[in-house]
Amino acid sequence: MINKIINSSSLISDVSDLKENEYIKDFPLLNNMAEGKKRLVYLDNAATTQKPLSVINAVKEYYGHYNANPHRGAYGLSSKATQIYEDARECARRFINAKSSEEIIFTKGATEGFNMIASSFGEDFICSGDEILLSIAEHHSNLIPWQLVAKKKGAILKYMYTEPSGEITTKEITDKINERTKLVAITHVSNVLGLINPVEEIIRRAHKVGAVVVMDAAQSIPHIQVDVQKLNVDFMVFSGHKMLAPMGIGVLYGKKKLLDNMRPLLYGGGMVESVTEQDTVYAEAPYKFEGGTQNVEAAYGLMKAMEYIDDIGYDKIAAIEDKLTAYAIEKLEEIPYITIYVDRRQGKGTGVISFGIEGVHPHDVSTVLDAYGVAIRSGHHCAQPLMNHLGIHACCRISLYFYNSMKDIDCFIDAIKNVRRWLGLGA
Amino acid sequence: MELEDIYTQIIIEQSNSKKNKRRLENPTIVLEGKNPSCGDEIKLELVIKDGVVADASFTGVGCAISQASTSLMIDLVKGKPIETAMELSDLFIRMIQRKTVNESELEPLEDAVALMNISNMPARVKCATMPWHTLTQALK
Ligand SMILES: [Zn+2]
Repeated sequence: MINKIINSSSLISDVSDLKENEYIKDFPLLNNMAEGKKRLVYLDNAATTQKPLSVINAVKEYYGHYNANPHRGAYGLSSKATQIYEDARECARRFINAKSSEEIIFTKGATEGFNMIASSFGEDFICSGDEILLSIAEHHSNLIPWQLVAKKKGAILKYMYTEPSGEITTKEITDKINERTKLVAITHVSNVLGLINPVEEIIRRAHKVGAVVVMDAAQSIPHIQVDVQKLNVDFMVFSGHKMLAPMGIGVLYGKKKLLDNMRPLLYGGGMVESVTEQDTVYAEAPYKFEGGTQNVEAAYGLMKAMEYIDDIGYDKIAAIEDKLTAYAIEKLEEIPYITIYVDRRQGKGTGVISFGIEGVHPHDVSTVLDAYGVAIRSGHHCAQPLMNHLGIHACCRISLYFYNSMKDIDCFIDAIKNVRRWLGLGA
Repeated sequence: MELEDIYTQIIIEQSNSKKNKRRLENPTIVLEGKNPSCGDEIKLELVIKDGVVADASFTGVGCAISQASTSLMIDLVKGKPIETAMELSDLFIRMIQRKTVNESELEPLEDAVALMNISNMPARVKCATMPWHTLTQALK
């Protein structure tokens, strides 16, 4: 299967040998030196990505030229700021192929999106005895809000479990979704497993029993096309900073008919139609969910990030990442004391590889790698129930993006081969 | 920060050593310590007799720093009166927080001084201090 991945990517002629990467020049931070004059090898992209110059410049440009409070002042500058903010909303609509820009709510990130759905939809529409179904691989941000809803409403929290290969089987889906299922919260791609979940199948099954589906696209949308109409998903959430955009901006997509019936989460300025001494008429979606002054410069940055991804194209991004992932797995598998926790050859995934080194705690692995200029993540990755399910306390994770190169993987592998020596465990 | 200054010989030896990693037959105090962010978990077992830490051991999993720190701590406090153990624990935590840097003041910590450089690594400070906080808690 590894060979197959390599073959299929090499069919795309514009993926060079990836010794050097043609995109790295757009990312100032990646061209700076790491401590000790080693080049920074950044392999923690599932946590946050680096930003291209076009995004960095957008934030600067916004404050240099366009800054005013959107939707407030009746003067030229405020109109310009409003236009930028609404252009960014339209860009996000196009990017995920939503039917209308009224279905695009800007948040400060995925976490806020999930909390908003849990409070404004979950608490009003989920009743005692209803079932809320999650996958065991959910990030804490798409898990804790549902625990709270379940406790508050007397609903039952259930889980779909992954196989040792990392997959969620059709049997697991059909076994767990039933007439009592009211809501399914599922990640498109897990930040630990890196596999693309069968969300189409889950959404179809859920809709058959009248359940609403909340999809976490934080780990998928940086890597693969997400079309909300094709998926027919009810709610979808993602963060900008994991897809080249600034921190503090994210998108909550919701079907209009659902958003129209939901109450706001934050009450205050910018989200009202009219206010009297005793009563308030709220604005329509998306504005009723955007109380307070929004992160306009980050929305502008998100627009530039989406344009950057569009320019490269998801096909090319996938081709690069598939090739790098296959190469990294091949190299890791040559090392006898490495365990890769997911069989990444089973299905198509993103550039996430979770692994462990025999006898060495993940935290020590990342400390040693850091000294070699290689940034990886170690820990429970905000997915403790999944760690439990996998039977481990913590793991190491590399997560690749299209600006990584074979050279990055070679540096990583060289560093990995030194870890056990530093911990006094021989070669 | 060089790796030589973190993974020193003493730390490596102590983190791989099994001598303090065992269960006691009749511990008078058993207390768990955890670093949720790192996944370090220890279970500290103590035998307190006549106001003295007569015996001590631990079990658990964790990074080299947390395991070495626990082991060094047990070497240090075994056989010492409770008050002395508490003082040493306090001194160790002050060393890691860089509140005490004076070499002669740190002398009572003996080999545990090997962990001093961890004070330069914010991400690993908790790994070093967790066992000592657990000890303080246990002896209170
Ligand atoms: Zn630790």
